[in-house]
Amino acid sequence: MSAAFPARGKRKPERIAPVSIPAPRHLLAFHERIRLLAGWMLACALLAACGPLPNDPYPMAERGRNILYSSFMERPKHLDPVQSFSENEAVFLYQIVEPPLQYHYLKRPYALEPGVAASMPVIRLFDVDGRELGDDEPERVAKSVIEIRIRPGVRYQPHPAFARDESGAPLYLLGEGAWAGEVADIRSPMDFAVLDSRELTAADFVYQMKRLAHPRLHSPILELMSDYLPGLKSLHVALAEENKKHPDAWLDLDLFPLDGVEVIDRYSYRITLEGLYPQFLYWLSMPFFAPMPREADRFFSQPGFAGRNLSLDYWPVGTGPYMLVENNPNARMVLRKNPNFRHDAYPCEGEEGDREAGLLDDCGQSMPFIDEVVFAREREGISYWNKFLQGYYDASGVSSDHFDQAVNMSGQGDVSLSDDMAARGIRLVTSVSPSIFYLGFNMRDPVLGDVGPDAAAKTRARNLRQAISIALDMEEYISIFLNGRGVPAMHPIPPGFFGAREGEAGINPVVYEWRDGRARRRSLDEARRLLAQAGWPDGRNARTGEPLVIYLDTTSAGLGDRARADWLAKQFRVLGVQFEVRATDWNRFQDKIREGNAQMFFFGWNADYPDPENLLFLLYGPQGKVGGQGQNASNYHNDEYDRLFDRMRIMPDGPARQAIIDRMVSTLQNDAPWVFGFYPKSYSLQHGWIKNRKSSDIVRNGLKYQRLDIATRDAARLAWNQPVRWPLALVALALAALAAPALRNWRRHEQATARGEQD
Amino acid sequence: MSAYLLRRLLYAVPILLGVNLLTFLLFFMVNSPDDMARIQLGAKYATPEAIERWKAGRGYDKPMFMNTQREGVACLTDTLFVSKSLSMFAFDFGHADDGHDIAHEIRDRMGPSLAIALPSFLLSLAATITFALLLVFFRATAIDFWGVAICVMLMSISSMFYIIGGQWLVAKLWALVPISGYAGGLDAARFLILPVLISVVGGLGAGTRWYRTLFLEEISRDYVRTARAKGLSELAVLFRHVLKNALIPILTGVVVVIPSLFMGSLLVESFFAVPGLGSYTIEAIQAQDFAVVRAMVFIGSLLYIVGLVLTDISYTLVDPRVRLG
Repeated sequence: MSAAFPARGKRKPERIAPVSIPAPRHLLAFHERIRLLAGWMLACALLAACGPLPNDPYPMAERGRNILYSSFMERPKHLDPVQSFSENEAVFLYQIVEPPLQYHYLKRPYALEPGVAASMPVIRLFDVDGRELGDDEPERVAKSVIEIRIRPGVRYQPHPAFARDESGAPLYLLGEGAWAGEVADIRSPMDFAVLDSRELTAADFVYQMKRLAHPRLHSPILELMSDYLPGLKSLHVALAEENKKHPDAWLDLDLFPLDGVEVIDRYSYRITLEGLYPQFLYWLSMPFFAPMPREADRFFSQPGFAGRNLSLDYWPVGTGPYMLVENNPNARMVLRKNPNFRHDAYPCEGEEGDREAGLLDDCGQSMPFIDEVVFAREREGISYWNKFLQGYYDASGVSSDHFDQAVNMSGQGDVSLSDDMAARGIRLVTSVSPSIFYLGFNMRDPVLGDVGPDAAAKTRARNLRQAISIALDMEEYISIFLNGRGVPAMHPIPPGFFGAREGEAGINPVVYEWRDGRARRRSLDEARRLLAQAGWPDGRNARTGEPLVIYLDTTSAGLGDRARADWLAKQFRVLGVQFEVRATDWNRFQDKIREGNAQMFFFGWNADYPDPENLLFLLYGPQGKVGGQGQNASNYHNDEYDRLFDRMRIMPDGPARQAIIDRMVSTLQNDAPWVFGFYPKSYSLQHGWIKNRKSSDIVRNGLKYQRLDIATRDAARLAWNQPVRWPLALVALALAALAAPALRNWRRHEQATARGEQD
Repeated sequence: MSAYLLRRLLYAVPILLGVNLLTFLLFFMVNSPDDMARIQLGAKYATPEAIERWKAGRGYDKPMFMNTQREGVACLTDTLFVSKSLSMFAFDFGHADDGHDIAHEIRDRMGPSLAIALPSFLLSLAATITFALLLVFFRATAIDFWGVAICVMLMSISSMFYIIGGQWLVAKLWALVPISGYAGGLDAARFLILPVLISVVGGLGAGTRWYRTLFLEEISRDYVRTARAKGLSELAVLFRHVLKNALIPILTGVVVVIPSLFMGSLLVESFFAVPGLGSYTIEAIQAQDFAVVRAMVFIGSLLYIVGLVLTDISYTLVDPRVRLG
């Protein structure tokens, strides 16, 4: 290469000041480009960092407005009230539609009260001969007649389905009204030019109940309700036949009667149930029984609507305090105050401590207080948590990842807010969830189950289950894996439900004893004694000497599951029992449970309503997974328990019912079909500017009660989110410092001769 | 060229059929229609009757490949495989098992995915090529050594660290951009700065090292020596000659991913709450939603085939010796 250039001799080149050398044109251009680029990048970065709060994720137009910011992790699958049955859907749906009944927001134990109903339903009971009965003969009841009177003057949210032309025909019904427009630019019902409303009538409730039997909607409670309302089954058959004939046509449910349900007058309707089903009132507080205007059903069934996600499953219609105005389940869902919502007063009564907590300050005020609720989708907890700390979310749960940052826990298990959280004015709200997590034994298992050839064998298996129940230290489990966010369970009924006893009367005497005023787990010696009585002294078969191996059937073997399995193995090791995990995928695990092939498994249940029936039925014989396809995953069967359940189920709350529940619980504790694990505790953090927020997993329409102090929130956001701009300059300087030697080197290279000498 | 394109188009049909068949087999080896119904109906109160009704309503009550109840061609066509696969070829993706319209969903989520993927892709490409060329320019010097060392360091760090660290530093500590979220229009820019920056930095190490290797191979060629002999500056040699001649391997890796850009990135979109397509397939697999899984796999395969064809075409643009026939 050097040969290509003329030799310059061996003299030392003169050092010439760079300024005196006219730089080549392309070199200057490059410099200029670099400078321009750097300047542009800096400007962009500064521009991004300009404005009042550059990290504010919300549009400028929303600042200072009465908007509550919340988030959701999983997109709601169904918002049609006839299908929706998940917690993540309830957050939206319960604010939009109004069932006849609701739970009192503040009272505990939970109490039903009229929602959109004018008063509590009138229930009349009849025997097989049609004679009216009193409350004291539940066993003789053949029919229950429930009459519900709704509030007059209640109006639906503004909606295009109610819009009518001058002749009174629906405005937005293809072929019938004046409208023949395309839906190309329509993304939401709110995009229609004319929105209207109408008064709620009793017929809307009946229409919705017919939709439970709709063959295209697959309501999850059709079978359950058909047991009490057989008309649903026959309606389903009739509608299915019609659907076969016209698979794409709208089914006008008004043409099909639903036996057992009738409109009495404009504001009243009647439901006749087979037998006695006191829990039906709880179902009347769920969206399954919320009103559905026929016009909305007809409106959304038009051709071309489903392809644009214009359906009741996306855009529920209701009379509730809020209406859905934006539904992008991947990013953001927005509820806005329903302008047609009636006067609904904030409660003036609550439980003990509510007044001191300021929960009665808004007594009698008209709800809802908040104009809009914005739900943003956050898939990762870390982003959600940081935005909460910045004040961009008004409330947050406490995940294990941030538990230590948020909560201090004393040696006695008492929890308090961390200093950092307290300094920010954040409050901690805790409550015990209406749920139970348990470790179930398969009662069909030859080792642990109730299938021995004789009573002695069954007793031995029971002793083994009791020994395991004592050995598995749930207090330790809660402390290690849940950061203390759980209450050890003594039986299936969570605290706060009728039937759950507290104190000494509430302990599980097989596993605990009452000492020094508190429940203490029985000693491992007792567990070993029971193990020996079960025929497995020190974990070995008394006759053959074979080791006892217990298998846990579970769904996966992730990091957390491995830690849990190790902990369980340690617990069993203390008894000398071997422990193995049989992990499989979710579907195969479900197959094992359904077929009764599992030995031991973790399960949980969230109560649908606050009645012991909804938990004790999990061990009701006819509900067995094997044979019954029900919810009794342990396949537990005890004739006495089943008989008591049948009685308890239809009894009103009172001492007699409590006595029966006590007997049932005692039977369960003795038979030990589950290791009663724990009732989870829900921890919620909320900023000081959010008022009237009471934690509950049963009361799901809580948004209308909440209030915001916007000025405090704005001030806090401003204080907590002041941008730090100097690092940008530092980064620019660091880049320049890195680039300088490279540039110097490059210039030297460009100015060097072929021999490497500088020109 | 047209004959070549037509041939490639015809090749695509059996490939897509094969992919469809494979997806079908793999999916139903793990999940049965009963399992799907249980997931959709929820664990509570999913009775055998409800499961049967759901299956019948969604067409999952048909036999997989052979319907012995039907006669003639219908015994093959009135099956789960055919009824769920053929519509794909007409780009009719139908409805997800939870009822939402798949095409609508894809259209909605494509934009946000592209909003991140396109600038990330272009800036990343520009940055890695420029950085690689600079390292080649300073080859065998301390700058090259430390440049490669920095690349190795950048490669060694998990992408999760870039995301979490970036969010913590820029969005939380310095409060310069939102931690997560998305907005349409021009407002999207402030949400995109951080994920794009992280994508560029995260990909810089591996990309630079790869391109540096390609350029080093080119730099020792005769035409480079000739260019220098003509008196061209080193920058002109690198950007005008070396880059152009190294384009074939670059295009091989780059063009094929261009059509797939709108499929998004699972990790970045999840952490930055961008409503893109990145998580759509994963969510569908978790929800055992076959309708979405087959649609997304079909689209993914189709885009990959399109990417390969585009790559072949791009060869003809950068290398006059390549002719498609």
